[in-house]
Amino acid sequence: MTDIIAEPEGGDRRKGSLLAQDTRTQKRNAAERRFQIYGMVAVSIAVLALVFLLTSIVSNGIGSFSQTFISLDVVLAEDKLDKTGSRDRTEMAKVSTFGYAPLIKAAIEDRIAAEGIEIDGLTKPDALISKEAAAQLRNFVLANTDRVGDTVEFKFLASGRIDGYYKGRVTMASAALDRNISPEQLMLADALKDAGALERTFNWDFITAPDASENRPEAAGLGVAILGSLYMMVVVLFLALPIGVAASIYLEEFAPKNFLTDVIEVNISNLAAVPSIVFGILGLAIFINFAGLPQSAPIVGGLVLTLMTLPTIIIATRASLKSVPPSIREAALGVGASKMQTVFHHVLPLAAPGILTGTIIGLSQALGETAPLLLIGMVAFVREYPGAPPEGFFDPASALPVQIYNWTTRSDPAFVERASGAIIVLLIFLLIMNIVAIILRRRFERRW
Amino acid sequence: MLNAKLTVSTIAILTVSATAAAARDQVQVAGSSTVLPYASIVAESFGENFDFPTPVVESGGSSAGLKRFCEGVGENTIDIANSSRKIREGEVAACADAGVTDIIEVRIGYDGIVFASQIDGPAYTAFTEDHWYMALAEQVFMDGEITANPFTMWNEIDPSLPAAEIQAFIPGTKHGTREVFEEKVLLVGCENSGAIGGMILAGMSEDDAEDACMNVRTDGRSVDIDGDYTETLARIDANSNGVGVFGLAFYENNTDKLKVATMSGIAPSTETISTGEYPVSRPLYFYIKAAHIGVIPGLKEFASFFVADEIAGPDGPLAEYGLVSDPVLVETQIMIEAEETMGSGS
Repeated sequence: MTDIIAEPEGGDRRKGSLLAQDTRTQKRNAAERRFQIYGMVAVSIAVLALVFLLTSIVSNGIGSFSQTFISLDVVLAEDKLDKTGSRDRTEMAKVSTFGYAPLIKAAIEDRIAAEGIEIDGLTKPDALISKEAAAQLRNFVLANTDRVGDTVEFKFLASGRIDGYYKGRVTMASAALDRNISPEQLMLADALKDAGALERTFNWDFITAPDASENRPEAAGLGVAILGSLYMMVVVLFLALPIGVAASIYLEEFAPKNFLTDVIEVNISNLAAVPSIVFGILGLAIFINFAGLPQSAPIVGGLVLTLMTLPTIIIATRASLKSVPPSIREAALGVGASKMQTVFHHVLPLAAPGILTGTIIGLSQALGETAPLLLIGMVAFVREYPGAPPEGFFDPASALPVQIYNWTTRSDPAFVERASGAIIVLLIFLLIMNIVAIILRRRFERRW
Repeated sequence: MLNAKLTVSTIAILTVSATAAAARDQVQVAGSSTVLPYASIVAESFGENFDFPTPVVESGGSSAGLKRFCEGVGENTIDIANSSRKIREGEVAACADAGVTDIIEVRIGYDGIVFASQIDGPAYTAFTEDHWYMALAEQVFMDGEITANPFTMWNEIDPSLPAAEIQAFIPGTKHGTREVFEEKVLLVGCENSGAIGGMILAGMSEDDAEDACMNVRTDGRSVDIDGDYTETLARIDANSNGVGVFGLAFYENNTDKLKVATMSGIAPSTETISTGEYPVSRPLYFYIKAAHIGVIPGLKEFASFFVADEIAGPDGPLAEYGLVSDPVLVETQIMIEAEETMGSGS
């Protein structure tokens, strides 16, 4: 545009043919092509980065959705589990998981003998079985005290290293150097696989089970983290949406335009840019130390994330209220509606798709947040599921991004796979939320 | 209007349930990230074997944990602080100011600090404290005077070391491990090589000389790792000349990727550390708020379970993960049983 105005002699252009481009036009067209190329390069860099990220996460993490299991017949020996013979649950609970470990060892040794597997230099065949197995066995026995004395078939988790062997993470060469597994034990695993005792199946426990300690990465799951995140999102939704919408309606439709509202407006925009850890510090000071709410609880996490999400929702809501044409308001007022009727009967329904989209974007932002949770004690090892709401909001829980962070800091390499798997789960949740936002917008949006 | 009503009622419900849910029934633990794996192994086993809920274990570092521990007595404060060092006098005083007067100190065992490198990298197999001092100090004492560290290759320090660039990854200053590394490696190396004596002769006061011994060079040959050992491992993976400082437990879980060096001829292992032969190790602790015993269900049981022979003993799951068990564990068990606080007993 400026080029044309800057043209010193306007008459020059008419000299050329319409079909042949003069140098100035060629220059402008070249500039446009260059700009398009810059754009395409920028887009392809972004796409490449995304593809790289997704492939690395998926290739690392897809393995966590399947798990190796070993089936064994365990003799529930009465002399070990119920010395008094009374089948009294409280009496039997005195036998700790350490008392159950020998039964599992005996079971796998029996199986090796029964299959006629002979491997030179094989030691500790029970290293193939996860340490979770003893707990699994104990829970079964305490729940079914009448089964003591029977032989029962159990499907135990294989240990993390054996599982890694079938996922390509552990090899014979690395096992020779590894203190936790030997090549002979891997050979035994292969022999058991041939005998049909070892199989790899889809692992629901990864989604539903609680976290596990560093000694048993194969048993670690996302159950508590998913529940914790869900509870927090419920709190955020039920607090941030009404407060945010009420605040924006007042500011946009009713509040007088003066210095005070200007200050509030600027501060809301500023608040959206405050680092999230600041909200964590605030949460610790107000909700835990002052209000006395419990630590590590989803309610505190939810309140902190509400504060963080509010500006996003307010800004989105105000933008969508603004985009409702004034003619709608004037028409409503013209037929005698009060200001409040105008807003609630006409403006708000039309702004709803924008408000919902803003809310969902705010929620997905809150879903991926770790920093503010650090200070309120949610970055923790939590194994107990929180109870049903509303009491469950006050029970300790973890959160999805926190679980990912926790797993990446652990020393056993099996947790790397688990962390990538958890990222996949988090991404799926985010994807679902964003798709819902798009559907809502498509379905309810009106154009003028 | 509807929205406003909803908000008011939500807040009302929240306040009511907040008062109802005040009683906490699980033990809360926070502190050192070195102790975290052990504490979570014990917490898991505790939850499985007792009717109490599984304790919640947070990390965040020894100092942060002790700070929260000292915030006061009450259900919204933590019950146990994990620490990879002994509690400082200032922290005990801060605790006392906030009303936390009775603290039970529990030593759970020892943690070894090892020097490891890429398994296929240069043959870093035998170090002494002197090597590390010479390689990493800001200033070294040579030919009677203090000079800026001139070494760039390990074999310049000692011909027995491999001809590889000096590149070390050491824990950052926020880690408790750094303190141990400075005191048990750099300072010892400084003393053994006679550098500290030279510095004092050159006119430095003893304290200044000690500080100078522990000053690490800043020209990029030594890199502070503020994250976890997983970050150190990633740096070693990418740099074949690199040598990293790890915890024994971390090394033992990654023996297929790392090779460990001896320190003054002693290979690190649970045996050499428990006898005290391997020089670079430190005790690990946790601190119990005695006022919470009997208030928080399962607190004392958890503490006793933590140091029970079947858990913290030489054949227990903690030793399996890499903890060097305490040879006098039985004393700790008796101490917890008697609820002996820090002032009263030892």
